[in-house]
Amino acid sequence: MARALVGVKRVIDYAVKIRVKSDKTGVVTDGVKHSMNPFDEIAIEEAVRMKEKKLVQEIIAVSCGPPQSQETIRTALAMGADKGIHVEVSGPEYETLQPIHVSKILAKLAQDEKVDFIIVGKQAIDDDCNQTAQMIGGILDWPTGTFCSKIENNNGELTVTREVDGGLEVIKMKTPAVLSADLRLNEPRYATLPNIMKAKKKPIKKMTPKDLGVDTAARIDVLSVEEPPVRQAGSVLPDVDSLITKLKEGGHV
Amino acid sequence: MFATFLKTSRFSNKFGTLARYESTLVIAEHNNASVSPVTCNALSAAKKIGGDITVLIAGTKCDPVAQAVSKANGVSRVLVADNDVFKGFLPEVLTPLIIATQNEHKFTHIMAGATAFGKALLPRVAAKLDVSPISDIIGIKAPDTFVRTIYAGNAIQTLKSKDNVKVLSVRGTSFEPAPLEGGNAKSDPAPAGDYKTNLIEFIKQELTKSDRPELTSAKAVISGGRGMKSGDNFKLLYALADKLNAAVGASRAAVDAGFVSNDLQVGQTGKIVAPDLYIAVGISGAIQHLAGMKDSKTIVAINKDPEAPIFQVADYGLVADLFKAVPELTEKL
Repeated sequence: MARALVGVKRVIDYAVKIRVKSDKTGVVTDGVKHSMNPFDEIAIEEAVRMKEKKLVQEIIAVSCGPPQSQETIRTALAMGADKGIHVEVSGPEYETLQPIHVSKILAKLAQDEKVDFIIVGKQAIDDDCNQTAQMIGGILDWPTGTFCSKIENNNGELTVTREVDGGLEVIKMKTPAVLSADLRLNEPRYATLPNIMKAKKKPIKKMTPKDLGVDTAARIDVLSVEEPPVRQAGSVLPDVDSLITKLKEGGHV
Repeated sequence: MFATFLKTSRFSNKFGTLARYESTLVIAEHNNASVSPVTCNALSAAKKIGGDITVLIAGTKCDPVAQAVSKANGVSRVLVADNDVFKGFLPEVLTPLIIATQNEHKFTHIMAGATAFGKALLPRVAAKLDVSPISDIIGIKAPDTFVRTIYAGNAIQTLKSKDNVKVLSVRGTSFEPAPLEGGNAKSDPAPAGDYKTNLIEFIKQELTKSDRPELTSAKAVISGGRGMKSGDNFKLLYALADKLNAAVGASRAAVDAGFVSNDLQVGQTGKIVAPDLYIAVGISGAIQHLAGMKDSKTIVAINKDPEAPIFQVADYGLVADLFKAVPELTEKL
């Protein structure tokens, strides 16, 4: 039966209003609430549903990042993943870690663990890159279903519905394959307390990029991170007529 | 005279003499009949890099597209790959073609629009070239220095790429579209090869049909959120949109509630729009929605909750029941 590898990233919680550091080197992350990237929750959920349908035998959750990434792996284990792999990257090396590095790590792990699918979220809400699934596909020469809103698994053949700009698209691919989860793929479950307790007993293997032979040398220099321009305060209008006047003044109607 | 030539070329190009060695490949996005508008935005980004511009057009019976693009000012060459294998524009099939093209021409930059097409394709190409792609750029400071947003548009990152080939996706709304006129590029066949794969197969596309302007390039956009209460009530927005020749968009809440289809979603994970006029109706203004529309020139919010965050970015706010205000607005326009 099939084995699935799911990539999960620890990011600043989606509801947090981020702050840019005054020295313009990045955003403030210390003491800020972090959680699993929302798209990765959807990826884990999909893998767990495949397991519940007996299409997948084992789910491996992987996260690359500082020691705190283990919490993210524990969340994945509590949702139903069987074991975790933590590829520890921290400090300055983590600051410039990009999808290219993560893709190489996941590609190597996929080969070592002999998995049939890799599922990741379509993008991380911090760097907003939307690259990892596509790059893993490129590295392994596996077909890649990006922005999936439906995945049907029929004995090693996947029928995938993708969210594209004008609507939906259906493609069919052979496994092994890489998939990236879009918002509409599913509604992730909450980890229940008994499952959180059980997850504590599940194994997490710790590794480094070096163990996997992946070079994490920086491919970019971040020159600055700044606040976006602030919009001028607007005005509240009393009625529809004054709105129409304003639209006319602005040449919109 | 040679000295004068050097001087003018330096003045005419803000990146100095180095830029003369740049050469960019733009991957055209199209539907075989016409080129999609975002390709024109990508062309104008390519012009900012300076140097030579080549456009690659791969498709099935895509001759009309090749003809249109060869008329674009600033394009020096159009490469055409016309073959049934490119049906569905699958990255698995296009990537080897792009790599073959790159091996032959050694471009310094490869770019496309940051659409579902560009986002799915470019990182695969970058992986094959072992370079780190740069997504959704909003500015070009130098041939190796780019500006992009992170954290749902709440921070702006300027980065310098160290890779020898820059693979870039371009945010359409950040670059003026280059007109497809004033040029006369020669058209050549793209490198031939066996690009067929049996790993993946395109089955079908189900596109939402609409007579309204396309969301990402419309001059005006009217979006509805959870406050619309039902899909049926979106009729109110369609009526107003028709008066304003506007496109209709939606917040994630409206899409998740099933009011409208996914491809109308505006936001961090949907479409990024920057029209002249954006009217947000019954939308609270979550961070993720603002990421997709806060570069609009004029923002109007219609919401009954005066505390809704949307009013903090709106130029004009109307605290009112949308079910009264929207029909009244439509009526009076």
